[in-house]
Amino acid sequence: MNYDVIVIGGGPAGMAAALQAQENGATRVLILERDTFLGGILMQCIHTGFGLHYFKEELSGPEFAHRFIEKIEANPAIEVKLDTMVLDIQSGEPHSIIAVNKADGLMQLSAKSIVLAMGCRERPRGALNIAGARPAGVLSAGTAQKYVNMDGYLPGREVVILGSGDIGLIMARRMTFEGAKVKMVCELMPYSGGLTRNIVQCLNDFDIPLKLSTTVVDIHGGDRVTGVTIAQVDDNRRPIPGTEEHVPCDLLLLSVGLIPENELSRAAGLAIDPITGGALVNEACETEIPGIYACGNVLHVHDLVDYVALEAEVAGAAAAQFAMRNSQCATGDYVATRGENGVRYVVPQRVNKQADAPITLYFRVGQVYANASVQVRAGDKILAKERRARITPGEMEHLMVKPEQLADCNELVVEVVA
Amino acid sequence: MYDIAIIGAGVIGALTARELSRYDLRVVLVDRLNDVGAGTTRANSAIVHAGFDAPVGSLKAKYNVAGTAAMPALCEQLHVPYQNTGSVVLAFDDADRATLDELKARGEQNGVPGLEVLEGDALFAKEPNANPICTGALWAPTAGIVCPYELAIAGAECAVRNGVEFVREFAVKAIDFTDEQFTLKADDGRSICAKTVINAAGVHADEIARMIGDDSFSITPVKGEYLLLDKTQQGVVNTVVFQCPSPMGKGILVSPTVHGNVLVGPNAEQVDCRLSLTTTAAALQEVQHAAKRSLPDYQIRDTITSFAGLRARCDRHDFVIEPSAVNPQFIHAGGIESPGLSAAPAIAVALADMAVCDAAKKEDWNPGRAKPVRVHELSHDDYAALVKEQPAYGRIICRCETISEGEILHAIHSPAGARDVDGVKRRTRSGMGRCQGGFCGTKLLEIIAHELNMPIENVTKSGGNSQVLLGRTK
Repeated sequence: MNYDVIVIGGGPAGMAAALQAQENGATRVLILERDTFLGGILMQCIHTGFGLHYFKEELSGPEFAHRFIEKIEANPAIEVKLDTMVLDIQSGEPHSIIAVNKADGLMQLSAKSIVLAMGCRERPRGALNIAGARPAGVLSAGTAQKYVNMDGYLPGREVVILGSGDIGLIMARRMTFEGAKVKMVCELMPYSGGLTRNIVQCLNDFDIPLKLSTTVVDIHGGDRVTGVTIAQVDDNRRPIPGTEEHVPCDLLLLSVGLIPENELSRAAGLAIDPITGGALVNEACETEIPGIYACGNVLHVHDLVDYVALEAEVAGAAAAQFAMRNSQCATGDYVATRGENGVRYVVPQRVNKQADAPITLYFRVGQVYANASVQVRAGDKILAKERRARITPGEMEHLMVKPEQLADCNELVVEVVA
Repeated sequence: MYDIAIIGAGVIGALTARELSRYDLRVVLVDRLNDVGAGTTRANSAIVHAGFDAPVGSLKAKYNVAGTAAMPALCEQLHVPYQNTGSVVLAFDDADRATLDELKARGEQNGVPGLEVLEGDALFAKEPNANPICTGALWAPTAGIVCPYELAIAGAECAVRNGVEFVREFAVKAIDFTDEQFTLKADDGRSICAKTVINAAGVHADEIARMIGDDSFSITPVKGEYLLLDKTQQGVVNTVVFQCPSPMGKGILVSPTVHGNVLVGPNAEQVDCRLSLTTTAAALQEVQHAAKRSLPDYQIRDTITSFAGLRARCDRHDFVIEPSAVNPQFIHAGGIESPGLSAAPAIAVALADMAVCDAAKKEDWNPGRAKPVRVHELSHDDYAALVKEQPAYGRIICRCETISEGEILHAIHSPAGARDVDGVKRRTRSGMGRCQGGFCGTKLLEIIAHELNMPIENVTKSGGNSQVLLGRTK
């Protein structure tokens, strides 16, 4: 089976990429989705707050997703295979994908271009090495969100949440609505990893304490969790002896970070950026392998789905252009990007001087800044600069540069300045 | 009324049940937990030791060497992952170097074949990432790695297929002996009668012995903590890498696992509680630190999980494999700490010989089990053909380990099959990958509930009251 563009993943990134691919001339587009529905994790995000930038209105996760799902279902050029797992990607001309599902069996598919949109997963307990027992009742916040919102089951009644990532904050409110007592949210860092609006709306409005510089050092229980021991941590994030406190609970939720799901990308031979956890891309989201694109949370973890969709549209359009041109991209004249002075990473990692549209540089900072500016600098030349009242690690930032500004540049540095 | 009851369905009990299932006997295998191999068998170093470590003339030496020799054929018969990787003991200084010679001499007396002290290039050819300060290594070509819980599960599956009964969550609280028969009483009121009892109760074996008035040995649990690294670390180590042994154990090892991960550990800490498998930050740090000495370059941040296991340390400093002096129809397999897993195939044969008397062998005994399908191991052609025939193998449930619905259904419906989330996990590896069940956990609950015809709220993580869900939402 031959396609112009195959999109791996039917979440917001995959759907936005597929629609743009079709609009940019691809006539045979296929979405491969491992779950039984389109929409991805948005479908369990029944709270509102989605779409403010993209649709200029406030939607729930499923509402945001449905605007795309409806377009895809109405589009005869876009085929969707659900409950389908991609097992392998082999790059080539065309690229080849091995996928499997119950109905079609094992499939070998070929695509002129591929869009990677597999999203991300939550860091599990093991990755944190939290000491203690191994009872039932320790879940990642997203897993609990699925149990509550999709399946209608309650995984606990007295809850401690470790990590103030957005899913943890959202679940603090959600579990409270379900009658559970959320005792606290503990955060290892001296600042929250989530959006400010979520701290206000999900914790402060319900008097749920956010304990900064605090972690869980022990988990208690036999069959089920009976409690945790929390402790304050020092500047090096090590527990301070004597600050331990026992907190009874029957559920510990973890919201301690997201990891892009790049196993397939690695199998395809792509190098992974150790900081973003995603592939290395140019301004069109093209990876180091011509005709393979990456967008959304598989590329770098975004704060808002609006930016996922916008980035994915860039990828989808480029993938279609590549497929319809039916040839490799002309090797461009590239400038590398780099974060400095507080900026942890910049995506894309390289930009083409001959790009035909303004380029958005996405980045995140490593600590909280108040009243600072972010800027893009090439040598001594400032290409873009914007003032921010507050910059936090939990919120993704972006700046735009124009291709014509890049003519004499050797490197683009994105940085925070006082 | 059974001829033989085996207390404890760890690797010793399960393989003994399989040995006994050759004979025309009524055999029952009981365990306090909800599954086979869910105690010490599921949390140990997963090593098949060559056999140079145990004192000359000990039961440990005898059964280790015999068990290690029998392991490859047994694993092939039962379709259990085993790899003959060989092992090295690293020497970091002159004292260690002298220990290598001692170990080699002891090993040769124990009958371990092929031992060799390697130096320089020969050492680093075996383990290119070994610490460059190493001055030598004892190479043992017969050592290997195995999946311990799968060995127990496969043994029990074979046994049950051949007529043995498996009884779960049967915690023996008292044992009566009247009219030449034992009555095992469980804490929930159930009881089981048998003429002969095999005590394979692991860290509880001395407690079980005392139930018939036998206090000839006692057990102190010694906890060991481990770290399991992601498959991204595969290749950092080729063989089982030991450091020189200490009085508390064989020291921290770094080893590949049969599933492509890397295992680091264990430390050794004497503990009071025989049930607690808690890990501690201090011990995990100790393990990390010690392992860096063997392989300075491994990436500890690729840890996907940590766990603890209990060794059944016996005051006799050796295995106890004998009929009880109190009652010869009560046969002990006590103090089965390392190298218990390596010795298990030989211990099982020895226990069966003691228990069987003059029973006849079955003519239709099947020594193996059906080979479990692992879709990620199949060629594309074979996989395509399988899905055409059995579509459930085309639905991938665990995305990290590529485990299909078909594999999970097989794990549940096999003899002595899975009854809980951890049981499915041990049989299929579903949920053992890098997301640790974050995505597939919900689907797994649905499948278990459906297949075992129970409400989803009743599905447990590992038996008892370990339900994952507490009820419906509002």
